[in-house]
Amino acid sequence: MNVHEYQAKEILARFGVAVPEGQLAESAEDARRIAESLGGRVVVKAQVHAGGRGKGGGIKLAADPDEAARHFEEIFGMTLVTPQTGAKGRVVRRVYVTRAVEIEHEYYLSVLVDRASARLLVMASAEGGVEIEKVAAEAPEKIVKVALDPTVGYTAAVGRRVGYALGLEPELVRQFVRMLGSIVRCFVETDASLVEINPLVRTPEGVLLALDAKLNFDDSGLVRHPEIRELRDTDEEDPLEVEASRSGLNYIKLDGDVGCMVNGAGLAMATMDIIDLAGSRPANFLDVGGGASKESVAAAFRILLADPDVRAVLVNIFGGIVRCDRVAEGIIAAAEEVSLDVPLVVRLQGTNAAEARRMLVESALELDVADGLDEAARKVVAAVGGAR
Amino acid sequence: MSILVDAGTKVLVQGMTGSEGSFHTRQMIEAGTRVVAGVTPGKGGTTHLDLPVFNTVAEAVAATGANASAIFVPPAFAADAIYEAIDAALPLVVCISEGIPVLDMVGIHHALARSGRTRLIGPNCPGVITPGRCKIGIMPAAIHEPGTVGVISRSGTLTYEAVDQLTRQGLGQSTCIGIGGDPIIGSPFTSLLPLFEADPQTEAVVLIGEIGGDAEEQAAEWIREHMSKPVVAFIAGATAPPGRRMGHAGAIISGGKGTAKEKKAALRAAGIHVVDSPAEIGATVAKVLGR
Repeated sequence: MNVHEYQAKEILARFGVAVPEGQLAESAEDARRIAESLGGRVVVKAQVHAGGRGKGGGIKLAADPDEAARHFEEIFGMTLVTPQTGAKGRVVRRVYVTRAVEIEHEYYLSVLVDRASARLLVMASAEGGVEIEKVAAEAPEKIVKVALDPTVGYTAAVGRRVGYALGLEPELVRQFVRMLGSIVRCFVETDASLVEINPLVRTPEGVLLALDAKLNFDDSGLVRHPEIRELRDTDEEDPLEVEASRSGLNYIKLDGDVGCMVNGAGLAMATMDIIDLAGSRPANFLDVGGGASKESVAAAFRILLADPDVRAVLVNIFGGIVRCDRVAEGIIAAAEEVSLDVPLVVRLQGTNAAEARRMLVESALELDVADGLDEAARKVVAAVGGAR
Repeated sequence: MSILVDAGTKVLVQGMTGSEGSFHTRQMIEAGTRVVAGVTPGKGGTTHLDLPVFNTVAEAVAATGANASAIFVPPAFAADAIYEAIDAALPLVVCISEGIPVLDMVGIHHALARSGRTRLIGPNCPGVITPGRCKIGIMPAAIHEPGTVGVISRSGTLTYEAVDQLTRQGLGQSTCIGIGGDPIIGSPFTSLLPLFEADPQTEAVVLIGEIGGDAEEQAAEWIREHMSKPVVAFIAGATAPPGRRMGHAGAIISGGKGTAKEKKAALRAAGIHVVDSPAEIGATVAKVLGR
C-alpha cells in the first residue's frame, strides 16, 4: 500500500526523523494561512501517488503567502501528468504546503527488503534528487549498499559506514546515525516495504532533513497496523480495482480488449500471455481465487463488464479440489444473473472437466466452450475480430 | 525414488482441527499420505479425524516420530508455527498459508539458516506431492501420475495445468513442488534442483517461474553449471505491466528488474527449453524426452 508524501512525513516524524514543517491545505485561503504561519518562502506540493511531480508542474515555490494561495489554485484539481502517471495523469485532490529549505547538498537514502538475501538493505548515494534507477544504470559505484544482520538489526556502525561513504563530516555523521536509526525503526515497526528519502538534504546550517519521502507498506503486514490501513486513498486507485478488492478479488486493469477471469495468479498471468500470443491484448488481470465459487464468479463478471474496453471474455478455470462441474454451475448461474452482452469463451480443465463442458454446452447461455488453452485463446481472439 | 517425500514420510498437521486443516488432512490421507498427528494448542489429548492431537510440535514428534509438518494456520500465526517446527528439528516443513508479513519471513529465513536441519517449502504454496505415495499440500492428487518428470513452480493452479498436460502426454511425475509466490520463501529453485539432479527416478524437470525477483536467473546459472537432465521452463507474466503486483506478493517488476523477457533470456542462454506458450509445456517435455 502506498501513502502520500505528507502522510509519509508525518509517520517518519513520529519516529524522530527530521522533516520540514508543513500542513495539508484545504483551500487557497488555507494555503495562505499556512504560508503565513510558516513564515518566509514555502513550497506548494501536489499530493498524488506518483513520482516526478515537479516535472509535471505539481511542485511550486512561493515567495509569500499570496503566491502560495495562487499556486494552490493552479495545482488543486489539475490533472498532473508525470512519467509515472501514464498519459492520463492524476487529478490532484490534496495539496501540501511546506517550508522551503535552503539546500547545500542532496542525497539519496532508502531502506528496503532485499529478496535474494532476505535482509533489510540500506541504499544511499551522494547523487540525490534524481531517480536512483538512473544512478544505478549510469554510475552504480556511486551507490552504497549495506545489509543489516537480522540477528543484530541496526547499529551505529551501520549508520557510520553509510554516513562516511556519503562523504559527510563527522558532526553530520552523528546526526545521520540517529536519523537512519529512526528510519529503520519506522520500517520495522510499521511493516514497511520501502522507505525512500529522495532527496535527503543538508542545509547550510548543517542540518539533515527529509525533503521528500516515499513510504510503501507490506500489504500482508497491514493487519497489524489498522492506523496505517486507514491512510489508504482510494482516489489514487482505479475505481474497478477498488471495487474488486472489496469483493476479495485480485484485479488489475490493463489496456487490451479481452477480459479474462482465471483462478490463481500464475495461471491468470499465463492466460494473459496466451491471449497476447494469439494476437490480441488482455484487458485485465483477474484472479478469482482457488475456489471460484458462484459468488466470486458473479462479482468478477460484474467487474469485467463494467470495463467499457472489454469486447469478449475468456474464463479459464483449473478445477482441482473444487470440481469443474461445481464451477460450471457457478458460471451458468452468475452469467444469467449479470446478463452478459459480449462473447464468452469458457475453458474448464481438471477434475470432472468433461461433465462440466457438457453442462455448459447444454445450458441456455450463448457461450463457446474450449478444451485446451490454445483453443480458448484462439476462440476469444476471433470473437474480438481476429489477431491484430 | 523421488525427492523430499515418499511412502516413509510421517506427517503432522499444524492447524489440523481448523476447517481448512481438516478438509485437506482428509484429502492428504486419501492421496496415500501417512498423517500421524495434529497440533493445535489447547486441544492436546483429544483426537480429530481419528488422529491424536497435541499441544506442541515437540510433543507430537516425540510421540509419533513425525518427520514432516504441514502448516494450515492463519497468516498472522504462521511464522510462529514455522518457528515451532524448526525448533522441533523437523526435517521438512510445508507452509500453505498465504499472507505472512515479509518481515516475519526475514526472521524465518535466518532461523532456517541457523538451524541447518529444517527445509521449508512455501509459504503461500500448494505443497509437495510424490504421486501415489505422499502428498503434503492442497493440490488435486487425481491429476497426478507416478512417473519420471520433476515439476518445480512458483505458482499453484498453473502448476496443476502443467501437471495435467504431462499426465495427458502419458508422462507421470516423480515429485511436484510448489515453492510459493512470496518474495521470501524457504526453498528457492536452486535449493531443490540439486535434489532432482541426484534423484535416479527423475529424467527431466519442468520449471515454472514468474515475474519478480531473480530466482529464475539463479536457477539458470545453477542448471548451466551442474544439471545434466533436460529442463523445460515457462515464465508467466510476459504481458504484466511494471510496478504492479500480479496477485502473488512476489510477482512484481520493480525498477525495470524481474521481467519475463530477462528471465527467459537467462534460461535460454543456459540451454534450457523455454516455451513462450503455457499450452506447450507437456508437449515440449514429451519431445525433449523423445516420447
